[in-house]
Amino acid sequence: MKFIKYLVLGVFFGIILSKAEVISWYRIYEMFKFQSFHMYGVIGSAVLVGIIFIAIVKKTNLKSLYGETIVIPPKQLSIPRYLYGGIIFGLGWALLGACPGPMFILLGSGYSVLIIPILAAILGTYTYGVVRDKIPH
Amino acid sequence: MDKVVEILSQPWPWYVAGPLIALIMGLLIYFGNTFGISSNFRTVCAMTIGGKQCSFFDFNWKDQIWNLVFLGGTVIGGFLASEYLSSDLPILLNEKTIKELVELKVYSPEDGINPTSLFNWETLFTLKGFLIFIVGGFLVGFGTRYAGGCTSGHAISGLSNLQLPSLIAVVGFFIGGLVMTYFLLPFILSL
Repeated sequence: MKFIKYLVLGVFFGIILSKAEVISWYRIYEMFKFQSFHMYGVIGSAVLVGIIFIAIVKKTNLKSLYGETIVIPPKQLSIPRYLYGGIIFGLGWALLGACPGPMFILLGSGYSVLIIPILAAILGTYTYGVVRDKIPH
Repeated sequence: MDKVVEILSQPWPWYVAGPLIALIMGLLIYFGNTFGISSNFRTVCAMTIGGKQCSFFDFNWKDQIWNLVFLGGTVIGGFLASEYLSSDLPILLNEKTIKELVELKVYSPEDGINPTSLFNWETLFTLKGFLIFIVGGFLVGFGTRYAGGCTSGHAISGLSNLQLPSLIAVVGFFIGGLVMTYFLLPFILSL
């Protein structure tokens, strides 16, 4: 039963990204060409509201639904992994026109061929796991 | 009810979608979790191939089932939106974008919000399709784990938490995305 709320949130997330055209290949192209404010507006307003929410969580030591103090684990600072990893991700994002969430939402929208990049992404993640000790972090 | 469906079927403006995405993130945090889609790729590796071959996949993936359920929900959400909330209006892109896309031969007005000329099984079996679907997907999967997050984990969650690593990752997303869009994509689409 405890998983139902995640299913419901996932459904809403899928609908939001569909209706805001975040799952549109065209919108990603347009964003990287700086020809529309739309995607910047979506991400920017999400971050703005997110900043306020997380600030309140920290300020009030908000407890989670299960009564535990919410801790947001910080990421360790280094440059290579975030920069190189980010560049590789960005190349794929602009090429496929979809980041991980939209890949799955598009699959549900009826673009069955999206199962292929999903499998390729799993293979990519597996490959990272195998070579991670050999690349700079 | 019909009126509600009609309103919801219009494209949603950014100032509605963005705060709603933040609300999803906020609820996941309130439930004691984090918001990050790409972790699921790692979970699938741990579930299938397992940690014996590779220590990176040696973790208790059962703690991540909630995220797989969330992911399953997104697929259902995509189905519901396309089935019951779709709009017949063409996507309102910048005119300059449309002109470029016509030149790149990926745009047609009856397409809906995605290029049907690209997103189909016939394209997969061409060099262009191999690059877009297989190489593109691989780069996303490799890059996101290398960077420790994707758009949801870094651009939304990480920046909301004012994390410098996430800002570096997002700068990386844009360097890669711009190089692809300006220099490589026109060539790949012409194949």
